[in-house]
Amino acid sequence: MKRLTALVAAFCLAVVAVGCSGPGTESSKEGSIYYLNFKPEVASLYDEIASAYKEETGVSLRVVTASSGTYEQTLKSEMAKSDAPTLFQINGPLGYLNWKDYCADLSDTQLYQHLTDKSLAITSEGKVYGIPYVVEGYGIIYNNAIMQKYFALDGAKAASVDEINSFSKLREVVEDMTAKKEQLGIDGVFASTSLKPGEDWRWHTHLANIPITYEWEEKQVDLTGSGTEEIEFSYGQNFRNIFDLYLANSTTDRKRLGTKQVMDSMAEFALGRCAMVQNGNWAWNDIKEVEGNTVKQEDIKFLPIYTGVDGEENQGLCIGTENFFCINAKASPEKQKLAADFIYWLFSSDTGKKFVTEKLKFIAPFDTFSSGESPDDPLAKEVARWMNQEGTQNIPWNFTLFPSQTFKDNFGGALLQYAQGNLEWDSVTQQVVSQWKSESAGR
Amino acid sequence: MQKSLRKYAAVFLLPTGIAFVVAFFIPFLFGLYLSFTEFTTVSNTHWVGWNNYLRAFTDNQDFLNALWFTVVFTVVSVLTVNLLAFGLALLLTRGLRGSNLFRTVFFMPNLIGGIVLGYIWQLMINGLLLGAGVDITYDPRYGFWGLVAVMNWQMIGYMMIIYIAGLQNLPGDVLEAAQIDGASPWQKLYHVTIPMVMPSVTICTFLTLTNSFKLFDQNFALTAGAPMKKTAMLALDIYNTFYGRIGDEGVGQAKAVIFFLLVAAIAFIQLRLTRKREVEQ
Repeated sequence: MKRLTALVAAFCLAVVAVGCSGPGTESSKEGSIYYLNFKPEVASLYDEIASAYKEETGVSLRVVTASSGTYEQTLKSEMAKSDAPTLFQINGPLGYLNWKDYCADLSDTQLYQHLTDKSLAITSEGKVYGIPYVVEGYGIIYNNAIMQKYFALDGAKAASVDEINSFSKLREVVEDMTAKKEQLGIDGVFASTSLKPGEDWRWHTHLANIPITYEWEEKQVDLTGSGTEEIEFSYGQNFRNIFDLYLANSTTDRKRLGTKQVMDSMAEFALGRCAMVQNGNWAWNDIKEVEGNTVKQEDIKFLPIYTGVDGEENQGLCIGTENFFCINAKASPEKQKLAADFIYWLFSSDTGKKFVTEKLKFIAPFDTFSSGESPDDPLAKEVARWMNQEGTQNIPWNFTLFPSQTFKDNFGGALLQYAQGNLEWDSVTQQVVSQWKSESAGR
Repeated sequence: MQKSLRKYAAVFLLPTGIAFVVAFFIPFLFGLYLSFTEFTTVSNTHWVGWNNYLRAFTDNQDFLNALWFTVVFTVVSVLTVNLLAFGLALLLTRGLRGSNLFRTVFFMPNLIGGIVLGYIWQLMINGLLLGAGVDITYDPRYGFWGLVAVMNWQMIGYMMIIYIAGLQNLPGDVLEAAQIDGASPWQKLYHVTIPMVMPSVTICTFLTLTNSFKLFDQNFALTAGAPMKKTAMLALDIYNTFYGRIGDEGVGQAKAVIFFLLVAAIAFIQLRLTRKREVEQ
């Protein structure tokens, strides 16, 4: 027995020793790019891209992927090495503040010239430090089959979805649909407002982005300055408008939401038990993979989240990104050039574009892509449609500036208690304002 | 033989010794060090002294609330788990028909993982509260008693097995002597059986105490702290602190060190107290 134990222990040690000698042996060669990738779900695709790039240009590309949720930590330790990444990414203005010493000016890069909406880039004092390379959007996803069924009913409050262009119209239609839910064969208009801790990001982050954005626009706050460290939550009532509408016309009673998860909501939508759900284009996979799914691909559409702000008729979806390319300013100029060439190749050459639309399935915000060259999932198409619609004002993703996860978690906790009727809305507002300030002070 | 064994003892101990040092001792010391620093990666630390420990208590009341919740939970579940497990063990050592089947059935819940268990109980408790139109997160008391129920359901079988082993080792002659002297069943239980199974009581209270104190999975899956962190236990609060705010990893680490000291101290005191009452057979 003892000998066995000793053998096992010795074996474990041997495994540890072998494990240690594995990584870190690859040295950087001339003419190579080191990219620290953020998206674990596409890690294997980058190997294919690297070999295709090597074939076309002779430049080797090394891609290391940080595991989910550890990008900042990995970037910190990788940057400390002598063989640091030449191409990396940041998640927005806050990320830029952490990494500004390492971000090279990208104003003269070819890729930036082709960016369709220059306001999406990370800029500071007229220089460009981060180029967004994939955009995502969220809004209210609706099932057009159920909507058409409703519009065909006698006394429907609207004749088509196009008529819904404000909160008051949305409320009118939704409340009427709730009254006729038996006829429509649904349990409620909206899917469950998932408020389980950790599953409440659709509200404390995505929905809250809208009133905060309106507030900052009104006050003309400089998003890279210190003006974002305090808020008044002056559009809080607008948040409450839509949140109350979600709660009152839901498949689930407002007192039973504390254990609901996002997946529950998406399943309700996929099974046709509700007509609408607030989420983004990434949710297509969730909808598609639900067993017994009754929603047809062509019936899945987006509607903007109207909250009752003046002039919201032209409001679009919330479109933005948490993915910005940056080039390491501390790398040699030759290496910086190689990195800039690579990203331009990826988003402009035929081979690169094919990877982007067919494999990576990114909605790329560059004019090198023609309208036909977009991923084939219905929600991504909808995002592209709203992005290119004339006269529509899309809402940027300013939630990347929210102070901390703790702030969001506590906001979500307050929303749950509000939904249960155990907390007044005024207290929710007070908490949001005071914790925004205290959490911003800590960062 | 003895001599050469002693001579080479160090060599034989080496693999285990290294494994212990590498897998436990170094991480432990490193963790202790990290609790005094501000860090985001373990290779990039910045010494801040006792600041993290101070902030664990002064940033907000979460840690103290979680501590209080955990203490109450531990007291309740240690009592209920041990009483019920001991009762079942007594029943199932009477030679009832089907005892073995019952033992297996009661032991089974212990084989299910905490996360799964938490979700299943969440569904069942929500079903129970359906009549009231609410769910388990509506009132912190629901979450508390839900946790107690899950803990009991899971731990009783395991403790029962330990008590059964203790009861089966009771020397028959002592019980027989008590019987002949005219002791009532209750007197036999109090004055003979319980003192004789004190070693089992020691181990069972130790296991329930430390497991209740360290509970995480069930807490995470059942309520995740809702509403407003009022049902968050210590381990969950440490987890939330660690990931809640960039730059607060050190505070989470400091809480973890306090947590370790608490568990160690309580377990030590409990072992001393129950050991004293053990009798030589």
